[in-house]
Amino acid sequence: MSAREEILGRVRTALRDVPAVETPADVAVDRPGPRPTTRDDAADVVELFAERVADYKATVVRCTPEDLPTHLASALDGVPRLLVPADLPEDLRPADAILDEQLTTAELDTVDGVLTTAALGIADTGTIVLDHGPGQGRRAATLVPDRHVCVVRADQVVADVASAVARLDPARPLTWISGPSATSDIELDRVEGVHGPRTLIVLLVG
Amino acid sequence: MSATFLGTPAFPTAARTALADTQLRRNLAHATGTIRAKRAAVVGEVDEWERLRLAGAALKDRTLRHLDTYLAQLEESLTRAGATVHWARDAAEANRIVVDVARRHGTDEVVKVKSMATQEIGLNEALEAAGIHAWETDLAELIVQLGDDLPSHILVPAIHRNRSEVREIFLREMGRYGKAAPRDLTDTPAELAAAARAHLREKFLRAKVAVSGANFAVAETGTLAVVESEGNGRMCLTLPEVLVSVVGIEKLVPTWADLDVFLQLLPRSSTGERMNPYTSMWTGVTPGDGPQEVHVVLLDNGRTDVLADEVGRQALRCIRCSACLNVCPVYERTGGHSYGSVYPGPIGAILTPMLRGVGHDTQLDSLPYASSLCGACFEVCPVRIDIPEVLVHLRTKVVDAHRGEPKVQNLAMKAASWAFADARRTAAAERISGAVGKVLRGTKRRAPGGRGVLGALPGPAAAWSDARDVPVPAQESFRAWWARTDGGRTEQQNGNGGAK
Ligand code: SF4
Repeated sequence: MSAREEILGRVRTALRDVPAVETPADVAVDRPGPRPTTRDDAADVVELFAERVADYKATVVRCTPEDLPTHLASALDGVPRLLVPADLPEDLRPADAILDEQLTTAELDTVDGVLTTAALGIADTGTIVLDHGPGQGRRAATLVPDRHVCVVRADQVVADVASAVARLDPARPLTWISGPSATSDIELDRVEGVHGPRTLIVLLVG
Repeated sequence: MSATFLGTPAFPTAARTALADTQLRRNLAHATGTIRAKRAAVVGEVDEWERLRLAGAALKDRTLRHLDTYLAQLEESLTRAGATVHWARDAAEANRIVVDVARRHGTDEVVKVKSMATQEIGLNEALEAAGIHAWETDLAELIVQLGDDLPSHILVPAIHRNRSEVREIFLREMGRYGKAAPRDLTDTPAELAAAARAHLREKFLRAKVAVSGANFAVAETGTLAVVESEGNGRMCLTLPEVLVSVVGIEKLVPTWADLDVFLQLLPRSSTGERMNPYTSMWTGVTPGDGPQEVHVVLLDNGRTDVLADEVGRQALRCIRCSACLNVCPVYERTGGHSYGSVYPGPIGAILTPMLRGVGHDTQLDSLPYASSLCGACFEVCPVRIDIPEVLVHLRTKVVDAHRGEPKVQNLAMKAASWAFADARRTAAAERISGAVGKVLRGTKRRAPGGRGVLGALPGPAAAWSDARDVPVPAQESFRAWWARTDGGRTEQQNGNGGAK
């Protein structure tokens, strides 16, 4: 018998007590649902997002579309070699940025920072989510460089984790980022920055 | 680099050794105390926490009661998404599958993300035996591996090491396996982390094959999720060409829309954060992004035996958050090594004997006694596993398996006496989780033997009195015992413990 047949057989034997007529839906689940954002609390949700991202020792800069270029320039200060996804919107792309046209991992390791957009932000948890669609780069591009500058629009911020999951497409690879990488493995002393980007700057526009 | 738990003495003996190690006790007390406080704060922020817990438990029950359906669905979704699915009856079969994949790619090394399942099956040892180095990339796992040591906590496996020990290990060992630590390395955590970053980066950039576990596997979509902090997970899941994930068959959740419940429960219960720094999700192969060859090994290795136990089945709901360890008075005193298993603490005390079977190994049979049944573990468990209920159930099974052998009751008594030697701890644990406890008190509890295991402390001999046909000495009431021994203090001094 194949391992597959044998394991499925063992599972069925183990579940002899489950009535044959029972379906998964018969096991009742009562769960809190997504918290939709209303017109009234939209501003609070964005404010909460900014606070909670900052709680993780990420830098959050709130700005208008008009000030964005100025803030972008300061966020990218000290990044001599900047990587951007090849499809990052033109208006965000600094003139001397390196386009990620399938750079090798070794090449990625020579850039100092990366600039991307995001799929959405989650207020409750201060999380940004990348679905690695247009403007967000492939997964390695936001991982190997030591600084990640991420532009999030205020209208991309949802209230809670359930709302985020409802909006995201699981067929895409997803990276949820809540602050810079961190470890508490040595005496529970939190250290920001282990393997991922050690600096995370979120530019929150609008 | 291949320490194992084999030959760990039975819990009371191992625990006594650990108790003598004051450094370990101090580290553990500090660590568990810190995480407990953080957890309480972020759990308090969530209005519907109880409803979320109930939802988490119910979703896992739904999955487990229809696991054959969901496993078949997961296999189909994964295959559709370009992944190769393997099934492994036991550890040896799972190890063989991983070794074969690595060999096919002609590599002599793999990078690994911290994974309980691969620890459980001894994958690193199997890979070493096949001439393939397995590099642990989680900082704590790296400390454990370089120190030729064993993990002692699910979440912070090096909780038993302090910073100066870590520095010594790095200075002594890193150069033997790759980039050496800088000679002027100090013992500040930031510098130690930077040394690990430099040491591991060359391995991440070079490795062709990565091995991971998964926190969740979505049957509907074939999506796997890994929850982590340091970015080593992202490195392993993204940079190598080939990814092999070893996934216990209990890791499934039915649908994509169910996943958020667990993404809310896990980080708050585990590290006490609103969200962990990084969560990666992937569904098979994405052209041009990440590994282009993706394998998933669905692992049984005793899980179907746990599933067959109608009382014990709930242990398969476990999402490995380690909250139960951090509130456990027994764990806080003895550390993870005493449990002789990759699954320490209250969950280990029920899961390990069920995975491996009771009645044939003294060490395993002593585990269900490694508890004072104070109930703190149940109160914090994000998927509401009634650990005390399962402990009592397993004690009965142990006794049944050894009917007529006086030795085992002896062992049980020793374990119980040890566990109760310091009842103040038990009371402290009750206070810690008191708020929830008050709510639960008076609600339905299926405590075998009719004892209230949440509201009241069990009598000193309660631990083994479940063996009904064993002659049990007359049992003092808890209050009488408390008064007589000044809350257990005087009894601890004369070494008599709680069992008379
Ligand atoms: S038993 Fe519950 S509290 Fe313990 S690790 Fe598992 S999920 Fe967490």
